[in-house]
Amino acid sequence: MNCMDRFFENVFHLEKAKKQEYLLDELNKAILWHYNHCQEYKKMLDTLGKKGGHYHSLEDLPMLPVQLFKMIDLVSVPRENVIKILTSSGTTSQQVSRIFLDRVTSSLQTKALISIVGSYIGSHRHPMIILDTKSVLTNRSSFNARGAGILGFSNFGRDHLYLLDEQYNIQWSQLEAFLEKHKGEKILLFGFTFMIWRYVYQVCKKMDKKLDLTNSVLIHGGGWKKLLDQQVDNVTFNRSLREQLGIQSVHNYYGMVEQIGSIFMECEEGFFHAPSFSDVIIRDPKTLQVLPFGEEGLIQVLSVLPKSYPGNILLTEDLGTVYGEDNCKCGRKGKIFLIKGRLPAAELRGCSDVYSYQ
Amino acid sequence: MEEKLREVFARALDIPEEMVKDELEFNSIPQWDSIGHLGLIAALDEAFGIMIETEDVIDMSSFKKAKEILAKYGVQV
Repeated sequence: MNCMDRFFENVFHLEKAKKQEYLLDELNKAILWHYNHCQEYKKMLDTLGKKGGHYHSLEDLPMLPVQLFKMIDLVSVPRENVIKILTSSGTTSQQVSRIFLDRVTSSLQTKALISIVGSYIGSHRHPMIILDTKSVLTNRSSFNARGAGILGFSNFGRDHLYLLDEQYNIQWSQLEAFLEKHKGEKILLFGFTFMIWRYVYQVCKKMDKKLDLTNSVLIHGGGWKKLLDQQVDNVTFNRSLREQLGIQSVHNYYGMVEQIGSIFMECEEGFFHAPSFSDVIIRDPKTLQVLPFGEEGLIQVLSVLPKSYPGNILLTEDLGTVYGEDNCKCGRKGKIFLIKGRLPAAELRGCSDVYSYQ
Repeated sequence: MEEKLREVFARALDIPEEMVKDELEFNSIPQWDSIGHLGLIAALDEAFGIMIETEDVIDMSSFKKAKEILAKYGVQV
């Protein structure tokens, strides 16, 4: 763990060759661990004739479709060691993923998140407004993606204010008191993209109410699916929030409950960045062949963090493009990429057929 | 001072003071989970008039560790 702790001091430092060597070593170990500790995972690898390893390139590592976590419980530690179960928010389908965390994995995830986000906003805790309702945290041992995100990011804040009440109404008087109390201080804002748009921005717009959050930084994630339907993209989102709420500094992030902690944050240049302990590979949605930089395809995510469930190497349902590696003007190493959206449902079915292990 | 720290822990986590020992660890009891932790940090900030940095927030993995961390902020325990 000490080795990992040191690693987290700078999570954007590894250059390509060193990073590949590090990831390959860690992921081979992880695969073997899960192979020996998760029956279902072992069955899948055995069916594919792959057994527990050893793999010679990142691209060859066996990946699980992210949808699989909606179908079966995959756990690599004794159940009594599980301290938290995370679920996806399940906005687009009834089925939700269930992710089982023990103390080790949970702690790694928190440290990873802190190290990534710290690279953007530093280690000083700011007064924090959570653009959501506290009621997502009612059950303390089981969280959905929203609750888990709020808790993880809350470590960066102090004097937390939940802006919305249980009916998703803005708590105006609390907000005014908060802004008065913290006048002149930098404020950290955190929320989920759609929630912010629907319950904060659109409400303010409709009431013709302008806020002055100039001295703040907003971090948001959770995906654009619902907003793309309304023709709202990243540029529109940022412009609208600047005009209506005064927010100047906005960082979007890409991440999923199945690999919580390994988020990809948008840098000052507008690209998502892979930190040193995780990576992305783009694949052709039909053939799953690895695509070169500049071509759009399905996003595969790799992370060394998951120990209590076999979620290290996942094929997502998201489409994106990698634009380079170790070459971003912001100075951080690692691959940079953008997200296009989600693979349409019909194609997705085809895709999970490829991965039908039954 | 250790007595004051123990009091703050017990009050913030809503547990009896007897439970607050060096070996008490984060995520080892239901009360000291991520949510409990946020309340604990706020209580420590306030009780000792300090502002704990993010790294230390997540480093505070036991009562023993808390004493070490608070020492860095000039709180003698």
